[in-house]
Amino acid sequence: MRSYPLLPRVALGALPALPTLCALIGTLLLFSLFLLVQGQPAGDALVLIGQGAFGSSFAWQSTLLRAAPLMLTALCVALPAQVGLIVIGGEGALALGGLASAVVATVVPAAMPWFIAAPLMALAGMIAGGVWIGAVGAMRQLRGVNETISSLLMSYIAIALFKHLVEGPLRDPASLNKPSTPPVPDAFAVGSLPGLDVHWGLFWGALACVAAWVFVRHSTKGFAMRIAGGNNHAAKLVGLPVNKLAIAACAMGGAAAGLAGMFEVAAVQGSANASLLAGYGYAGILVAFAARQNPLSIILCAVLVGGIEASGSLLQRRLGLPDATTLVLQGLLFANLLAWEAMGGRLEAWRIRLQAMSVAHSPVRLEGTHV
Amino acid sequence: MTNRRQFIKGAGALALGSALPFDLAFGASNLTVGVIYVGAKGDYGYNQAQAQAAAIIKKMPGVKVVEEENVPETVAVQKTMEAMIEQDGATLIFATSFGYFDPHVLKMAAKYPKVRFAHCGGLWKQGNPPNIASYFGYIDECQYLNGVVAGHASKSKKLGFVAAKPIPQVLRNINAFTLGAQSVDPSITTHVIFTGDWSMPVKEAEAANSLVDQGCDVLTCHVDGPKVVIETAEKRGAMSCGYHASQAALAPKGYLTGAEWDWATPFKELVTDAQTAKPQPNILRGGLREGFVKMSPYGAKVTADAKSNADAIKSKMAAGDYVIFKGPMKDNKGGSAIASGTAYAQTDIKLESMNYLVAGVVGQI
Repeated sequence: MRSYPLLPRVALGALPALPTLCALIGTLLLFSLFLLVQGQPAGDALVLIGQGAFGSSFAWQSTLLRAAPLMLTALCVALPAQVGLIVIGGEGALALGGLASAVVATVVPAAMPWFIAAPLMALAGMIAGGVWIGAVGAMRQLRGVNETISSLLMSYIAIALFKHLVEGPLRDPASLNKPSTPPVPDAFAVGSLPGLDVHWGLFWGALACVAAWVFVRHSTKGFAMRIAGGNNHAAKLVGLPVNKLAIAACAMGGAAAGLAGMFEVAAVQGSANASLLAGYGYAGILVAFAARQNPLSIILCAVLVGGIEASGSLLQRRLGLPDATTLVLQGLLFANLLAWEAMGGRLEAWRIRLQAMSVAHSPVRLEGTHV
Repeated sequence: MTNRRQFIKGAGALALGSALPFDLAFGASNLTVGVIYVGAKGDYGYNQAQAQAAAIIKKMPGVKVVEEENVPETVAVQKTMEAMIEQDGATLIFATSFGYFDPHVLKMAAKYPKVRFAHCGGLWKQGNPPNIASYFGYIDECQYLNGVVAGHASKSKKLGFVAAKPIPQVLRNINAFTLGAQSVDPSITTHVIFTGDWSMPVKEAEAANSLVDQGCDVLTCHVDGPKVVIETAEKRGAMSCGYHASQAALAPKGYLTGAEWDWATPFKELVTDAQTAKPQPNILRGGLREGFVKMSPYGAKVTADAKSNADAIKSKMAAGDYVIFKGPMKDNKGGSAIASGTAYAQTDIKLESMNYLVAGVVGQI
């Protein structure tokens, strides 16, 4: 029994990944079953999903490109979640952020160097998104309005406002049948990462996730936010500025979604129009929950969702499966992730047992007994 | 579609994470055509009209069609176009949503100058990449005929129109429908409700119900999927005129006729051009005469009078000597829309920027 001390240690290290692993396996099994019931070649489909998402450099770039905005919109959920708020209004913040950055691009002098103009656009997008979701936080903290409902309603208002402005006062008269703001000058457009066909939004999205993780886990303010999220009353009792913390967390989340809007305008669409409303804000909610509100895990989950979407394209073209197949896969994945999370309690018990086993087998302990 | 060997090969490629070409999985065919839809292929509307044409070119010799539906107007459509080119070897791509053009089709056409791109919407301009063909149809002719038939059928003399957005193409359809009805009875009015977007099933149902409540007895629409409007009209006992594709199956009692695209015409032409390596036109437009649009067969409630009147106008349109938009014409705010003595033929560019509703339309932009 004392012959193999490595095993419990490895198991101990892999333990936190166990629910995710089980979820992945469960998803693949259920999805295969679903395909078999439909009379579809499950094996081929699974291979295609792998190929379409991660099987080639083209697939990887397609996946990462789709993941980029999701990282930022997921932060719009994960940051407020640190203070215990569930905000689902990222779509509206993205729309307004995109609109604000498009307006800035047309207002500033065209001769302005891009390295000033692009940050200004980003800033405008972040302020617009930040103010919008910050207001949701303020309503929650100061007036007691349920933030989940109000963020959704605020998102509807944002989208209505966006459409009104794009189709009305801010419309480029030349955009006849697809109402849009005037085009962002080419000089201000955000380009691709060197050697890749993926725009800089990926870099900034991933960076924002890392920064958010460092902030949440390794800063006093982030710690205070988590205290407020863990036990609001206790946080108030020890004198933490709970209201400010909550509003700040919401504003930061909104700013992230606004930044996603800026990249959609500056790197993809070239102007603000209804194509911006592609559901990134809503997909971000799924990503954040799948990542258990951990900013670092968001990067992985966003890539996973981006990969599923990328592979959906291949499933349609190769097997003639309807687009809804990808939705089924996505749904199964998230249902599994959430279901296996229920292992949490048992996991803790296993962790303690494994720890005890690895300590029992550890050479240090053995040396100790010899002395 | 894939045999065991390719399956194993695929699995190996996956394991190695390498980029094996996909075209091994297919037999040789002369031309691979990619078709991309913004919504579902079976939406009884905009996308179905395109998918029907895709189904027709699929049967042409030497043509292989790959399709993808529900592709949003984001990087997703760019990647789908690239994937069709790189992975499937497509050399002709139909990007069928209006919103795909700028910037997505423009960007991909510049990146792949040897691939032919076809876009629905008639948006190509001088200076755009030359490998784009933009096809579109004068469907307001059919909406005018819808109006004629609706004008004969209506008892309340009030028609209903569920519209997406107040953009020139939609306004042109509302106006043509109204003018067609007024050609039967000048006292007819059209009540318009704008839903604000192309696919808003709940709002479309509310709008259709509200129009019936207001006394409109014939409904038509300009939204991506007319299914909801037509079904609601049928449920409420109102009559309906279709749009985009035939919705006759959804309303066996009240469906009068419908304005349909006939995209098989430009699809076949562009496929033949690609197969024979003939340069493709940049703009392809047509109406009833060119076979770009057509009418649904008449429904049970259409009288013989209505049929003969509509058919007479239709044959004039098919001969190319019927003008829908001619002065004097008033807008619905009392101002002059088209001056007396002015007539705009279907191809007139002036009609592309229409920004008014004609007199007799109840509603505002």
